[in-house]
Amino acid sequence: MAIFIKNGAKDANYISAKESRRISKENRKITNGYEKKRNRKVIPKAEYVTKMKNPNNVVEFDNLHTYFFSDVGVVKSVNGVSFDIPKGKTVGVVGESGCGKSVTSLSLMQLVQRPQGQVVEGAIRFNTGNEVVDVTKMPTAKMQKLRGNKLSMIFQEPMTSLNPVFRIGLQVDEVIALHYPQMNKEDIKKRTIEMLELVGIANSEGVYKMYPHELSGGMRQRVMIAMGLACDPELIIADEPTTALDVTIQAQILDLLRDLKVRINSSIMLITHDLGVIAEMADYVVVMYAGRIVEKGTVAEIFSNPCHPYTIGLMNSKPAVGKKVGRLYSIPGKVPNPINMPDYCYFKDRCEMCLEVCAGIYPELVQLSPTHFVSCYRHYDIFREEDKG
Amino acid sequence: MKKFVIRRLLQSIVILFFVSFIIYGIMRCMPSSYVETQARILSTKPGAKTYQEWIDQLNKAYGLDVGVLQGYIKWASKAIVGDFGDSWYWNLPVTVKFSKVIWHSFALGFASFILEIIIAIPLGILSAKKQYSKTDYAVTVLALIGISIPSFFLATLLKYVFSIKLGWFDLFGVVGRMHEQLSAIGQFLDIAKHYVLPVITLTIISMGSLMRYTRTNMLEVLNADYIRTARAKGLAEKKVINYHAFRNTLIPIITLLGSSIPNLFAGAMVTETIFQIPGIGYTSYQSMIQGDIPFTMFYIVFLAFLTLLGTIIADILYAVVDPRVRIN
Repeated sequence: MAIFIKNGAKDANYISAKESRRISKENRKITNGYEKKRNRKVIPKAEYVTKMKNPNNVVEFDNLHTYFFSDVGVVKSVNGVSFDIPKGKTVGVVGESGCGKSVTSLSLMQLVQRPQGQVVEGAIRFNTGNEVVDVTKMPTAKMQKLRGNKLSMIFQEPMTSLNPVFRIGLQVDEVIALHYPQMNKEDIKKRTIEMLELVGIANSEGVYKMYPHELSGGMRQRVMIAMGLACDPELIIADEPTTALDVTIQAQILDLLRDLKVRINSSIMLITHDLGVIAEMADYVVVMYAGRIVEKGTVAEIFSNPCHPYTIGLMNSKPAVGKKVGRLYSIPGKVPNPINMPDYCYFKDRCEMCLEVCAGIYPELVQLSPTHFVSCYRHYDIFREEDKG
Repeated sequence: MKKFVIRRLLQSIVILFFVSFIIYGIMRCMPSSYVETQARILSTKPGAKTYQEWIDQLNKAYGLDVGVLQGYIKWASKAIVGDFGDSWYWNLPVTVKFSKVIWHSFALGFASFILEIIIAIPLGILSAKKQYSKTDYAVTVLALIGISIPSFFLATLLKYVFSIKLGWFDLFGVVGRMHEQLSAIGQFLDIAKHYVLPVITLTIISMGSLMRYTRTNMLEVLNADYIRTARAKGLAEKKVINYHAFRNTLIPIITLLGSSIPNLFAGAMVTETIFQIPGIGYTSYQSMIQGDIPFTMFYIVFLAFLTLLGTIIADILYAVVDPRVRIN
């Protein structure tokens, strides 16, 4: 009998068919509720028009929770994320794969895979220029007017992000025609070619008539950027825009983005796991881990004084020029199972600087300077001494 | 593109020769050939020659006294100029018999082909759009019923309900009792009415697989990055699906439809038999079991020709919908 009991110890990922059915039934009930609320015929304007906390911000994420109701349980991809994107600034979001960086940005675009993925709590306030809206509560039809227009997104994979069966010109024209219905065909084409030139495509007339497969990855990413900028957005979300490109093209694309930001005066939310890119591009940095923000601050603060053990680990695991190391540092362990998150600090099991209190509830954000916040017990005033001692 | 088409056509001619040779060889090897059957019948008549004598005489008359290769060359040299000879079993020139029966089959095939497309593709797209919803499950069940139900059972069921119980349609045949007295339009409508049940049968049994195929492809396309891009542009969901996704879904569907062109002429043996429609399915089956080499040769070579043509057409259409495979 003992053998059976031993084998009966539950694997974290194992789930019986009965259990799974029960979960998916429950999930359907929950997601149907959200869908029903979203698909109401008339959604009063008062529900989604709000006010910014700080009028200098373009976007304010306020306690955002985005959950995925999967058949094995609820995945809390984004679990209480709050940060601001000031006007004309670049905010970098870093973290390992699966930390909820992309889901945060997709929540802002309302592009989370529905009905499984739902924003269950919190708000994302967005300043469109003439009014402030909470995009999590916006009806889809209104949201479509913002996407591509005031809010645009550049994706990770330029090789697959353009529709292979349509010409480049058509794909860029489409977004301009959609958001500027008063423009005629020639003007739209002129604008498209102008945009292609703006992103540094020399043979813009030729590229206009080409299909995506005739262009290289870097060129395609330029087209994606042109498409993103075509309607003068307030905010550009760049979701790992250089991950799929080789290093020289990466540098070109980053230069381009920086140059364009100055020219069209919009904000950028830059998602990446390349700290070098952040150092070069961003004004503010948000470090995410397992769906939560562990540290945020200005670039200078984060790079000169990383406070959270995870940030320190990330800093140590990037190669530095001129520093000779035998083997590059890597943070031990892996991101915890997103379904059964522990109730103590999510990083505790991988942390090398653990304190006794770390077994307690998840630490609150601690303010270290007007802009620098960290969520770690080591920086609580009462424990700081203990750490040093 | 022109070069590509010419090359494909030349390849097809070579393939056609091999295909026809193999079929000829198989026909010649078939047990109980037409000649043997005839000889057996003739030799049992009173005062007739012996079986062996009849065999020799008939073999000579039908040109079967030579080897497979010579026989094939003889057939091919005539076929190449369009002379397919006379059918042994039907006692008519092959092409005459063929043109007499093909139109019934073609009309059935064409009507069910069109219906299949206009029902299955939109339903497939719908069920992909609403994956795991009640609509999706309903469509899936419908598709599976269509795939798994045998045509003879479905045809019988339809006959029972619509002909016997409701009396809306005749039980079988292609013309009604009063056909000759009707005007031209009336005659046409009369035939059309007789086609209804067989067309429904053929459509239901062929619809399922196309529906599932469309659904699978649509789901794959809907998860593609460029669909997310289209949504991020602010396009309405309708436009995303009907324009951006549909054009990409079409690529594999066209190959499937292109290769089903020969089915338009292949006839449906079981359905035609149950509804007693004198189509090609019934005729070719009879010819084959009787060992009627000229008719079977013509029919199968014709299908092989259509199959090859279908693949070429599919390849050309492929290039039309997918710019990545265009050849300069």
